[in-house]
Formats: sequence, C-alpha cells, structure tokens
Amino acid sequence: MDLQTLQSKARAVRRDIITMTSKAGAGHPGGSLSCTDALVALYFDVMNVSPENEKDPNRDRFVLSKGHAAPALYGTLCERGYFGPEEFDKFRQLHGILQGHPDIKKCPGVDASTGSLGQGISIAVGMALGAKHTGNPCHVYTVIGDGESQEGLVWEASMAAAHYKLDNLTVILDHNGLQIDGSNDEVMSLGDIKAKALAFGYDVIEVADGNDMQQVLDALHTPPCPGKPRYILLQTLKGKGVSFMEGQVGWHGKAPNAEQAAEALKELEG
Amino acid sequence: MEKKAVRVAYGEALVKLGEKNDKVVVLDADLASATMTNAFKKAFPDRFFDCGIAEANMVDMAAGISTMGLIPFCSTFAVFAGRNYDQIRNGVCYPKFNVKFGFSHAGITLGEDGGSHQAIEDLALMRVLPNMTVFVPSDANECYQCVEAAAEIDGPVYIRTARLATPVYDPRPFTVGKGNVIRDGKDCVIFTCGIMLEHTLNAVEVLAQKGIDAALVSFHTLKPFDEQLAIEFAAKCKKVFTVEEHSIIGGLGDTVAPLLFGKGVETFKKIGINDVFGQSGKPADLLVEYGLTGPQIADNIISSL
Repeated sequence: MDLQTLQSKARAVRRDIITMTSKAGAGHPGGSLSCTDALVALYFDVMNVSPENEKDPNRDRFVLSKGHAAPALYGTLCERGYFGPEEFDKFRQLHGILQGHPDIKKCPGVDASTGSLGQGISIAVGMALGAKHTGNPCHVYTVIGDGESQEGLVWEASMAAAHYKLDNLTVILDHNGLQIDGSNDEVMSLGDIKAKALAFGYDVIEVADGNDMQQVLDALHTPPCPGKPRYILLQTLKGKGVSFMEGQVGWHGKAPNAEQAAEALKELEG
Repeated sequence: MEKKAVRVAYGEALVKLGEKNDKVVVLDADLASATMTNAFKKAFPDRFFDCGIAEANMVDMAAGISTMGLIPFCSTFAVFAGRNYDQIRNGVCYPKFNVKFGFSHAGITLGEDGGSHQAIEDLALMRVLPNMTVFVPSDANECYQCVEAAAEIDGPVYIRTARLATPVYDPRPFTVGKGNVIRDGKDCVIFTCGIMLEHTLNAVEVLAQKGIDAALVSFHTLKPFDEQLAIEFAAKCKKVFTVEEHSIIGGLGDTVAPLLFGKGVETFKKIGINDVFGQSGKPADLLVEYGLTGPQIADNIISSL
C-alpha cells in the first residue's frame, strides 16, 4: 500500500481512538496514539491478515502485549474491515465486543487476550515456537510498552526467544518514554534498553521516529536475521497527533471530553 | 501392595499419550527429573521444551503454543500454582486456551524440602478459575486416566500429583466429574481426594473395628464436582467428613460444604491442613504431625460422632 494511503489510514485510526475513548469516557489514548503507525503498517502492509483469512492457521499473528492500547488495535481492525464503527459506541460497555483490553473470545481479529503486562510477549514467543514446531510459515508480531518492560516476564520471554532462535518473531517496543506515574526514568529507569535487547540476543533495529510511517515500514520490511528474534525499537511520542496530548503523561489513561475530542478530531482531519 | 508415586505415573502417562497423539508437547522448568517428564523428553526430544527456571514464561509460552493446534502439558511444582497464577488466569483460563498443568509435589508429603515448597493452597487457587478442570488423582492408575482425559478436554486442566510413593489400587471406572464409591456404609460418610485415599481406607477399617459403618467416596475431579453423588451420600449418612492433603480452606471440604444445606446433615467436619504452613520432615512423620494417618482420622471422626 502506498505511503500516503497508509498515513491517511493512521489518521483515521487516530480519529477512532479519540472517538471511542471520548464516547466511553475512559480508555488509554496516549499510548494508543504512540503505537498507531506501527499497527497500521502491520495490518495494512506487512502482515498477511484480513477479515477473510481470520481462521487461516497460516496467517501472521499479532499480539498487543501492551493491551491497554486496545483503542489503537480496535481502530486498526475496524479500518481493516473486521467490524463496523458502530462497535465504538460499545467500547468498554456491557456486552460490547470491544472490551477494556483485547479479548480473543469477543473481538474478531484478536489473536490473544492481553492486558496483564508482560504476558503478551510471552504468549507471542510461544506462538512463534509452536509455529516453528508445526512448520507453520507465519510470522508473529508483538507490540510491547516501555513501562511494560519493567515486568520480569518480558525478559524471561526474551531469553526464551533467543534460546529457541525464533527468527519468526518480531518484538516492537513502543518507546514513548512515559507511564502512569511519570517518565520511565522517574518511575523505574530502563537504562540502555537497546543494549539490553542486544544482550538478550535480539537482532535490534532502532527507528529514530517511530511515528514516521516510512521509517516504520523500512524497519518492518527488513528481512529477518536467521536464527535471531527481531527487536524494533520505535522512538515514539505519547499522544502523537493531538497537540495537547503529545508528551503529556496525564493522557495515559484519561479520555478527552466532548470539547477536547472535537478539537482533537479537527487536528486529525484528512 | 505395589507402590508408585502419582508423579511417576504422570510421566509414564505422558509418554503413552505422546505415542498416540503427536500434538502433545511437554514444557518443563528445569524440573524434568522431579516432575518425571524426563521420560517424555527421552522419548520425544523434539516435542519437549525446557523453559529454564522461569515458570511464568513457561505458562504463557504454552498458551501461545496451544494456538498452533498443539496440546501443551506444563509441568512444575504445585507450589508454583501461586507463582504462575496471573499467567494461568489471564494467559490461559480467560481465553480458554488448551493448556494442561501437571503440577507435582503437592501437599505436605513433599517432605523434607519444607513449608516453602509444600502446596496446601493450589486446589483453592485452581478451583476458583472459570474454564478450569481440576483433577486430583488418588493413585497411579487414576493418574493415567486423568492425563488421558485431560488431552480430550478442550480447555485448561490442572492435575495435582504427589511426590510420595503410594499404593496402586485396581483401576476403577473413570468419568470426568464423577466420584467413585470406594465403600458403602450407613453411619457416616468420608469424602476424600488424592493420595489421602490410602489413609481414609485405613480409617474406615479402624472405624469398622469399632462398629462404625463408614462409607468412603473418592473424587478424582474436584471441578466439575460430582454434586449429585456427594448430596446422595450426605443425605443418607447424615454425618459427613472430608479428608484432604490441602488446607481445609478452599479445597474439597469447601467444595462439599455448600452442598449440605437442607439435606438433613447432622455433623460436618473438614479434616486437612488447619490453616497453617507445613514444615520439613519425613512424609510419614508429617502425616502424623498434621493428623492425617488412618487411626488419627478415625479418632477425629469418632470424637465428632
């Protein structure tokens, strides 16, 4: 898909994020907006997935390990045609398919239920290992958070990914630098995250602007390094695309009110 | 009488299952020689995944593996049911992934390693999770049946096994969710699960010598529980005792308790670990320490009749 169309899809997903969180009066817009470009690139250009092949065992898999960024995933799945925008009205509502965090049992196109941080990457490692074992040609992608990387399970999973030489696995770090209580450095410093990923045996690609669609695509389309899991370190901006949310820790888990949503949607036009 | 640890049977059962079903894979966290999955590792090296000393990652990896159409059996110590709880809950039970847990060394009969390793709470933890089936085999033969049944169930299954070598009884009929009447009786009924079968059988003998005709029912499935059978015997015998190698909170006793309202039951007592942690010792000495030998169980029952 051409760059301009992908950029336009990303704007549409960002509008979806604002719409659904505003309607629900809850949700996590900041960390959804920071990983939107990666999700759009994956679902529209990189992965061999579509609503038509939803049950195909050989389709690629995606696990949103930072499950609270569900609005970004829901927006992407909707734009990709897995369900209609009317579902946004029931985001976080009783009997809705769009639960507060992704639910494989309820939402079409979701490959793993996530929300408990650290678990998604571990499940993705299992998927990649299972795929290797069964000769399934699929590639497994997972998006993790930087705050999430404080969970020990992320590193247990990383150790296993390298041990089993899972070159059919791509871990994408949405490094927006902020978490609920402040910056990563204030809460629990990640130190040199790139050096850590390298030390754990990943083939690491760093993307200077993880919200630049072309840079994201270039990284995701880089051929796998045989025998090594891939780690794409996206330097992103929390709240990207909505000026008053950008770089603001307060928009981690707060929904915009009607007025703020209108302002945000105006900025995201086109 | 032949003796065999239930965990040994678990290892053997996995090999048999592996021969029949090539979808079965086994994960272990550096305990293959203790959980007895080393037999499977030897027989099917390419279907055995060592996860290192990282139990939480083992459980979620198994969750991922199950999405590729495989049937993973995770094996570690029962005490790690707590350590892995979030992974078992959110990673496996919430999405109802097809993952099996064969957790060994449960209860105080683990022995010398002591209270830090003696799981007395695992059944309570597993029983409360939606989608989970809970097996507590009483001997080697029942463990073979549980492992085979686990592979047939589409969803998570917990199998609790013990370290200690215990008597192997003649195979009994096995249906998931059905209890087995070991002995009929009219004066009282003992409900039990797991390796306490041996000691409740001894207790029944002691009671018989004293003229008390006790019924004994063993439950290999704690969830779904055979409520009908439990209610039938409770209503008939009126005096109900539960015996388990687990905390009296949250296990078999508490599974039975709510069933008894309005059934005319006159006496109900839960016999097990009385809300304390275990300690180091020889298994036989620990059973005495916690009042779980046949004669002690019989005395406990007599004191309540």
